[in-house]
Amino acid sequence: MRYSGLKVIKEALTGHNGWRPSWRNPEPKPQYDVVIIGGGGHGLATAYYLAKNHGITNIAVVEKGWIGGGNVGRNTTIVRSNYLLDGNGPFYEFSLKLWEGLEQDFNYNAMVSQRGILNLVHSDAQRDGARRRGNAMILNGSDAELLDAKGVRAMYPFLNFDSARFPIKGGLLHRRGGTVRHDAVAWGYARGADMRGVDIIQNCEVTGFRIENGKCLGVETSKGFIGASKVASCVAGSSSRVMGLAGMRLPIESHVLQAFVTEGLKPVLDGVITFGAGHFYCSQSDKGGLVFGGDIDGYNSYAQRGNLPVVEDVVEGGMALIPALGRVRVLRSWGGIMDMSMDGSPFIDKTHIDGLYFNGGWCYGGFKATPASGWCYAHLLATGQPHDVATAFRLDRFRHGRMIDEKGQGAQPNLH
Amino acid sequence: MIINHPILGPRDAQEFTYLGDAALIDRPDWQADNAAEAFHDYLYLRDNPAGEHRELWFHEQGDRSWLVVTRNTVTHDILNVELARDVARARGRRK
Repeated sequence: MRYSGLKVIKEALTGHNGWRPSWRNPEPKPQYDVVIIGGGGHGLATAYYLAKNHGITNIAVVEKGWIGGGNVGRNTTIVRSNYLLDGNGPFYEFSLKLWEGLEQDFNYNAMVSQRGILNLVHSDAQRDGARRRGNAMILNGSDAELLDAKGVRAMYPFLNFDSARFPIKGGLLHRRGGTVRHDAVAWGYARGADMRGVDIIQNCEVTGFRIENGKCLGVETSKGFIGASKVASCVAGSSSRVMGLAGMRLPIESHVLQAFVTEGLKPVLDGVITFGAGHFYCSQSDKGGLVFGGDIDGYNSYAQRGNLPVVEDVVEGGMALIPALGRVRVLRSWGGIMDMSMDGSPFIDKTHIDGLYFNGGWCYGGFKATPASGWCYAHLLATGQPHDVATAFRLDRFRHGRMIDEKGQGAQPNLH
Repeated sequence: MIINHPILGPRDAQEFTYLGDAALIDRPDWQADNAAEAFHDYLYLRDNPAGEHRELWFHEQGDRSWLVVTRNTVTHDILNVELARDVARARGRRK
């Protein structure tokens, strides 16, 4: 069933009786070509692109809970291509280009809104850094514009420009960045994959791998054994737990990141702003709530909730940047579990076990990568070779000194 | 989270900075034949369990001692707190 304006009008006139579920709810078959573990954004995108780009449709996506119930449903919905390093830049630029055509591609309204992201700078050194980053972005085919304080003031006059401690000196504007309706991304990919014959199996937890003679033959699940020529893990946040079932230890720690939504307001903020002097970023959702977040809590956690000191730190950053926020009430806050990798960059790679593939380590930046992650993972699964823009995301890069450390923090996951 | 410091009593976790898995106490022997492999695993690989986790916290805003805190990563409950010095000595380290 394709969606269109005409269909909406027709259904409105006929009592909305013609809508059908967007995907089936099948029982698992005994054997698949590919079993993808994890029905989040990345897993569903992988299934979609395997079917669409490579014609592989004998696929199951197995999901412990319900699809889209993990980090794709718990993020701050920002998409951007403003990376500095060669290993990352082309990948995220590819991802942003896929976002730009996504809704037409999978015939689903994902509310892609390129409303612009402004990274503020508060010192001369930060301006130098922003200029360097902007040049790297342009070299990678992205867009960047360096604004002075006057330019920022014209866009957002309500910011705290003349703070004695952190005056706003300008900002790096990335106009093609923006926000996307996160749940719709999971649903759109799920529907697109299901239409092409992919089985999406919910409430099906993977409890182990069947590995014989160094080859992965399938997965043990709460719905029994499912055989597969290739098994693809895609469970960022829980990667260590799932890959631990295959006896692997990963260069990853799980950490909690909190996010917040305020009560609905009239339109006040038409883009995304990030504070350069503390960890705070903010946008306004289409419902009117301000969506904001900050840094990870900083200790290993699988709790999907954080602690109050970080809440305080985030709102202090918000108040320092936008004093008017003090009158706004926070409605909800939540935490998501991040795969924090040792260099702050992700993995899309084979493992040492034949037929077992790994995608994870997305830190707090997985959402923006969803289309490219799915595309490149599908490419790896179908062809056995990494996609051109994802060659750096190897699992063994630490062994060979080929880290992709955007922040330059070293092997300390809670600092990335 | 409140960390019950063995010397100073209950202290707010905000006074501490976090390093990670307490296995970092067991630094590999740099002269061993497999030192490169052992240091790769030591530096980059983690067990990252969901449940009980022994981890190093540094009392930066306090007495600057290192602690080994046993904490549940699913509930954030703190189950045990030891001085890292005592833990290291019990494992045969001289200091």
